Amino acid sequence: MYARRAWIVLWKDVLVERRSKEALNALFFFALLLLFIFQFTLGGDRERLAGALPGLLWLGFVLSGLVGLGRAFLTERDHDCWEGLLLSPGDKSAIYLGKLAGNLLLMLLVEAIMLVLFGVFFNIDLGRRLPALAGVVVLGTVGFAAVGTLFAAMTAQVRARELLFPVLLLPVLVPVLLGAVKATEAVLAGESLSGVMHWLKLLAAADIVYVAVGVLTFDAILEG
Amino acid sequence: MSRALGWLVVVGLVAGLVMGFGVAPREAAQGNVQRIMYLHVPSVLVAYLAFGVVLVASIAYLTTRREAADRIGHASAEVGVLFTGITIASGAIWGKPTWGTWWTWDARLTSVAVLFVMYLGYLLVRGMVDDRERAARYSAVVGIVAALDVPLVHFSVYWWRTLHQPPTMLKPGPSTMPGLFAATLMVNLAAFALVYVYLVTKRVRLLRREEEALA
Repeated sequence: MYARRAWIVLWKDVLVERRSKEALNALFFFALLLLFIFQFTLGGDRERLAGALPGLLWLGFVLSGLVGLGRAFLTERDHDCWEGLLLSPGDKSAIYLGKLAGNLLLMLLVEAIMLVLFGVFFNIDLGRRLPALAGVVVLGTVGFAAVGTLFAAMTAQVRARELLFPVLLLPVLVPVLLGAVKATEAVLAGESLSGVMHWLKLLAAADIVYVAVGVLTFDAILEG
Repeated sequence: MSRALGWLVVVGLVAGLVMGFGVAPREAAQGNVQRIMYLHVPSVLVAYLAFGVVLVASIAYLTTRREAADRIGHASAEVGVLFTGITIASGAIWGKPTWGTWWTWDARLTSVAVLFVMYLGYLLVRGMVDDRERAARYSAVVGIVAALDVPLVHFSVYWWRTLHQPPTMLKPGPSTMPGLFAATLMVNLAAFALVYVYLVTKRVRLLRREEEALA
């Protein structure tokens, strides 16, 4: 039953997104613009950009994530569905997990698009590194989306939402960002993942901690 | 009770100053600058204590929904942010003559800076949410997330880079600090802990009065 309720929330979000394509279209365009901005602000020097690439990549993920996650609960708020969520029977953390899964899907999709764009624009050969890179990206994104979903639910009801959401989220994400960037650096440099195993473990630990906190505290946030 | 505590704080701080400037010897390598340690180290330890209290108060509020727990968390976060600020400022003043720079992205400087912005965020939530009960719930969640983030931040920035001198107090094995330095530090630590308790009790009472006045 629990899994089914989480699934229903996820299915609802995916259906809404599939029909409106609102978030995905906007985020795709946003990702493209970010690449332009990086190129314009950092100059055309390929060598220098290559060194900063892991950081740029995650900067792109974070910025698009802030935009994407920040609006995760706006449909519920604007269409007065908050009460509906509140009235749903059983453990409310199922709603959190469903929402988290939806956000995770959206973010991974946007990140995949960005990776392709990065590959094209910055001329990086992703081919062989893709499995390792995908693993790192997923590990980093789960933690990001877990806190992001929790804080998005919290700030959806606050008047200065656009301001408060990033200000709360970014400091908490410091360990995830450090780990993800370091691991991505190693992957893009062609090193094996065993050298950055401690970072991967940190990312996994962060994922577990954030998801657990989200599950345990979501009830208190959903109350309105 | 509060007045007695206040006087105890005065006595503690005076004793700390006397120890720090009068009794403790001049450190051989760094000279008088090293005396900043008697401000710097107690501040950071008290800040960690304060954030630990925020965690406990946050969990207590979410489980019992008692406003007293929320007020303690709120007051403790404010005082903790204050002491973190003192830590960063005194560290910068100490760093300039000894390392030659106000700030560097060393592991422990970075982790304290992250701590500072995280709990500023906690206070920001309190300020931005109008409804009192909702602000309490939201900030309790932030207090829990932030506290659980502290070990992750600690390890990540430690692996990221480190330059700071290794910790003198919180480490396994016997202390390497000469007796008089350690004693001075202890007196100041006790005094700062008293300051913390005093400020939190005052702030909790003020918060209660505010609510009574607005109710």
